[in-house]
Amino acid sequence: MKTFRIIGRNFRDAFKGVFRNFSLSLASISCITITLIVVAISIILSYNVNNFTELVEKDVTIVAFIDNDLTEEEIDTIKDEISVIDHVDTYEFTSKDDITTDMRESSDVFDSVMKNWSDEENPIQNTYQVKVDDIEYIEGVAKQIEKIDGITLVKYGEGIVEQLISTFSLIHTISLGAVVALILVTAFLISNTIKITISSRQREISIMRLIGASNLNIRIPFIIEGLLLGALGSIIPIIITIYGYETLYSSFNGQLFSPFIKLIPPTPFVYLTSLVLLGIGILVGMFGSWRAVRKHLKI
Amino acid sequence: MDLIRLTNVKKTYNTGVTAIQDLNLSIGKGEFVFIIGSTGCGKSTLIKMLYREEKPTAGQIIVGGIDVGRLRNRKVYKIRRKIGVVFQDFKLLPKSTVYENVAFALEIFGLPKEEIHAKVVKVLELVGLKHKIKSYPAQLSGGEQQRVAIARAIVNGPKLLICDEPTGNLDAKTSMGIMEVLNEINKLGTTIIMVTHDINIVKKMNKRVIVLDSGRVLKDYEEGTYK
Ligand SMILES: Nc1ncnc2c1ncn2[C@@H]1O[C@H](COP(=O)(O)OP(=O)(O)OP(=O)(O)O)[C@@H](O)[C@H]1O
Ligand SMILES: [Mg+2]
Repeated sequence: MKTFRIIGRNFRDAFKGVFRNFSLSLASISCITITLIVVAISIILSYNVNNFTELVEKDVTIVAFIDNDLTEEEIDTIKDEISVIDHVDTYEFTSKDDITTDMRESSDVFDSVMKNWSDEENPIQNTYQVKVDDIEYIEGVAKQIEKIDGITLVKYGEGIVEQLISTFSLIHTISLGAVVALILVTAFLISNTIKITISSRQREISIMRLIGASNLNIRIPFIIEGLLLGALGSIIPIIITIYGYETLYSSFNGQLFSPFIKLIPPTPFVYLTSLVLLGIGILVGMFGSWRAVRKHLKI
Repeated sequence: MDLIRLTNVKKTYNTGVTAIQDLNLSIGKGEFVFIIGSTGCGKSTLIKMLYREEKPTAGQIIVGGIDVGRLRNRKVYKIRRKIGVVFQDFKLLPKSTVYENVAFALEIFGLPKEEIHAKVVKVLELVGLKHKIKSYPAQLSGGEQQRVAIARAIVNGPKLLICDEPTGNLDAKTSMGIMEVLNEINKLGTTIIMVTHDINIVKKMNKRVIVLDSGRVLKDYEEGTYK
């Protein structure tokens, strides 16, 4: 009961403190707001880029075309040879009949052309579709498959895919680095802003000490004030995240440049991001206060 | 038993100034003691050591059974809760009302609202300021502000009230008003130590008077003997 009362009063005092020293509070809040906006952009960017990378990686397949003259046993031997290559994740046989049916279903033109071919005449080849466990090794795996007897041709998104993925990973690394650096800088800035707030309240602290407040008694209201500043500072970034990302998502129809590159759906992504922003804001505010008040606790 | 006992106390500031030396003193429960002496003789230093604003360089200081000199920084609040302190410059929170200034001292300890209200009203009544409960310090006269400071100092019911020139900024008539309040508080059982330069007050009150000179006790007049 007593503890609840003290905490309740601390919250009340922290609110009063925020408004009584409004210009300084505003400085702290703006500081947190600006950082959190950049953090939000970085989070959205880096998670989307991460998502693109995964999508691309998942989709990149080596297609190995098999000589149509081979027997079924020979085709099976090829499968064994593929399976022992390092970094091969999955491999799947697609017969030329399946491909033919697929193509005929997807287009009337194909349908009418292929109707006239007999099975022997059909130029379409059986294929193995091979996926690698790491996109980095795709070139090596493709070269090894090409050497196997009975493989006529190997195809994959040479060059373009690797380039795309290394660009993504660069963007990802840079934006994550930016987030970490920004959070550190803000914690430092907040700490200094709150330090000014606190030295303007030096008198209050010395009176508190005089009437018998313990270190905890003195520290807690300021830490709660830091928490409030952090929470207030995260309001605008959260609004921008939720509405901004939803608008962006719907205006791009959920994809960027091509259906291949999909954006992360807003729900629950924006809410999770908002929670992270609130958490960062609160922690940074509390840490800043805690650091700033420390020096005033020595007599 | 004595409330305060100082044994061979010495205080040298880190500037090299020795403010207190060879000081032996005891003050009993319920006493009213004046400390006088010329500027710089160590009066403020002496009382600052009582509430552990300063630490003695040597010797022992016992206040209410606590060895104040050996109290760790983070335990200082323990002695502060037993002592009320009043200063020449009042030290009120300018942005808080009279009520808030006094209640502040109780809220830290988590007392229920009703209990705080009752205590604050009672103590403001005692210092004669109940009607200014909602005023801000800037709206009060110096004497009234000092009464608020006294109310805040005694609202916890401390055993000891220390006043460093509480009437230093006030005219003679207002000062006597403050003295009446302090006398009232003393009669209710609180020990009072008051530093002052106002010899008229000291003469009128007829209390024990300790005269300091260069950090030593020059004279210790028993109650009613200082003329
Ligand atoms: N914090 C300090 N650091 C260094 N020296 C100090 C400090 N406080 C006081 N002194 C010195 O100690 C001596 C005693 O000072 P103190 O304040 O106790 O005098 P006082 O008797 O209260 O004087 P006054 O009547 O003017 O208030 C003085 O020489 C003063 O300069
Ligand atoms: Mg003095």
